[in-house]
Amino acid sequence: MLNSLEKPADTAIKDAKKRYTAGVLKYRQMGYWDADYAPKDTDTLCLFRITPQDGVDPIEAAAAVAGESSTATWTVVWTDRLTACDSYRAKAYKVEPVPNNPGQYFAWIAYDIILFEEGSIANMTASLIGNVFGFKPLKAARLEDVRVPVAYVKTFKGPPTGLIVERERLDKFGRPLLGATTKPKLGLSGRNYGRVVYEGLKGGLDFMKDDENINSQPFMHWRDRYLYVMDAVNKASAATGEVKGSYLNVTGATVEDMYQRAEFAKELGSVIIMIDLVVGWSTIQSMSNWSRKNDMILHLHRAGHGTYTRQKNHGISFRVIAKWLRLAGVDHMHTGTAVGKLEGDPMTVQGYYNVCRDSFTKQDLPRGLFFDQDWADLRKVMPVASGGIHAGQMHQLLDLFGDDVVLQFGGGTIGHPGGIQAGAVANRVALEVMVKARNEGRDIKNEGPEILRRAAKTCSPLQQALDTWGEISFNYASTDTSDYAVTPAASN
Amino acid sequence: MMTNPVGRITQGQFSYLPDLTDEEISMQIQYGLNKGYAWSVEYTDDPHPRNTYWEMFGQPMFDLKDAAGVLMELQHCRKTFPQHYIRLMAFDSTRGIETIVMSFIVNRPDKEPGFGLVRQEAAGRTIRYTVHSYATDRPERERGSGGA
Repeated sequence: MLNSLEKPADTAIKDAKKRYTAGVLKYRQMGYWDADYAPKDTDTLCLFRITPQDGVDPIEAAAAVAGESSTATWTVVWTDRLTACDSYRAKAYKVEPVPNNPGQYFAWIAYDIILFEEGSIANMTASLIGNVFGFKPLKAARLEDVRVPVAYVKTFKGPPTGLIVERERLDKFGRPLLGATTKPKLGLSGRNYGRVVYEGLKGGLDFMKDDENINSQPFMHWRDRYLYVMDAVNKASAATGEVKGSYLNVTGATVEDMYQRAEFAKELGSVIIMIDLVVGWSTIQSMSNWSRKNDMILHLHRAGHGTYTRQKNHGISFRVIAKWLRLAGVDHMHTGTAVGKLEGDPMTVQGYYNVCRDSFTKQDLPRGLFFDQDWADLRKVMPVASGGIHAGQMHQLLDLFGDDVVLQFGGGTIGHPGGIQAGAVANRVALEVMVKARNEGRDIKNEGPEILRRAAKTCSPLQQALDTWGEISFNYASTDTSDYAVTPAASN
Repeated sequence: MMTNPVGRITQGQFSYLPDLTDEEISMQIQYGLNKGYAWSVEYTDDPHPRNTYWEMFGQPMFDLKDAAGVLMELQHCRKTFPQHYIRLMAFDSTRGIETIVMSFIVNRPDKEPGFGLVRQEAAGRTIRYTVHSYATDRPERERGSGGA
């Protein structure tokens, strides 16, 4: 705590006449800093990582963040006195230096429940991240985590299907689901595209997937894609006796376009549609409502998130985005692979998975979870691991993420030397043999490679996959790891 | 005979692996029991992907904590319906889960008839699809004891 830095003159001014005299006050004098504040169960709590400009006192910086993300403007306004203004003021109540990161501070801020519109992520985000990130007294700011109170959680409908009901609809239990993104992501005609989908599904995958930037380009209009893909899906379903799906990306220029595409996907009997994170919060919530009405699984690709989630000192942690997405209501979201080609420290990534799947998320500092979060029975999101993973990593993936995840092997299926079906077989065999071994009590983390090698003796597609990719790994240092004190701070 | 790479219906957790031995099945049962799941045995001759309700071979075994006992039920079912599909399912009643958490096929007919895809052409290049179980082409009573 930095209470020792605090000077008596800089605390909230209690005398109303002095407080509302025209002029400029420090934020901490205006009532946005209260070291004694005890957060209420109904408060939304935020943890910001702030880097104040040189010479700016960290407590004043924290108070400024609280002010600018709630009621404050740069100067005193008498019209505050027409309101019960103290309850509208967010309150910074704790500031601590970030361990091993000089110049950075963690600031805890509490927001009263009256500040937010029921069931609106757009409104919550407009407050919490609306203005503060460009605020001049700060060099940088990052929203690390948020605790949404149960009272507010209950105003959101959450995932339209949820991972439990998804499994019941698909009739797939006790193992991760398998998917692949159709490649090349751009340029295939509808007819060629459907070929890839058919081969992957018949070979043994549960899902194929449009990529984030497959919408309705000149080489393949959306209707054509949907028609060919659904023929592939149904044909593969008949060939295997399993429910199969392909995420039809309905992202378009307008929400009206998206409804139109979603309706056509439904008419063709697709079990799942897809949207990109770049469509924005209101559209996500609208498509979630549509999916709920139409028994549709809603897949979300987190397109664009790396622009603001990756750097530790500025932006928003993906764990916050994941929480907002669960509230907004998606059934699948991409949450990282830890072992693949895209950014992700394993424990930090596990934190995102917990946010998707927990009934109650406990504070877990090594995983970057700073608050307890009661999900109030909100449905659970199926996390998706996608990007640069292959069959040779199956033991690591199962060990890191457990059963409730979609493992997506795009290149790892379609790039298989024996063809797409062979690629799908390799992945499915690797998955099943690893689940079986884990259930039998084997130590898959260490014995995994041996378990795969043995299975490959009777499965040449798996042998080919291991020969092709067995040694591939992406070992780069992560830019986004959790910075936490060895002695845990209290969750509030 | 089906034309997919493993030549059979691929539902459940382990259809891509060689058939599990009884000893291997017992290990899976034990894993479920250790987690507090309840096992049940179900059978059908129509494994259509949307045929959710296979026949229950008795009630789910909520109170049976012994893998050998579950395996005995399975063997009883196999003896009664040797040419049916039989699956073992584990149920987890934990709040927020309350669903099946394991499911795998432990018996199959010698010949798996598979499915046909019926396409009905509709307006605007749309096609309506029906997955048809060849197994259901004969009346229920003629398909072996118990139907389903």
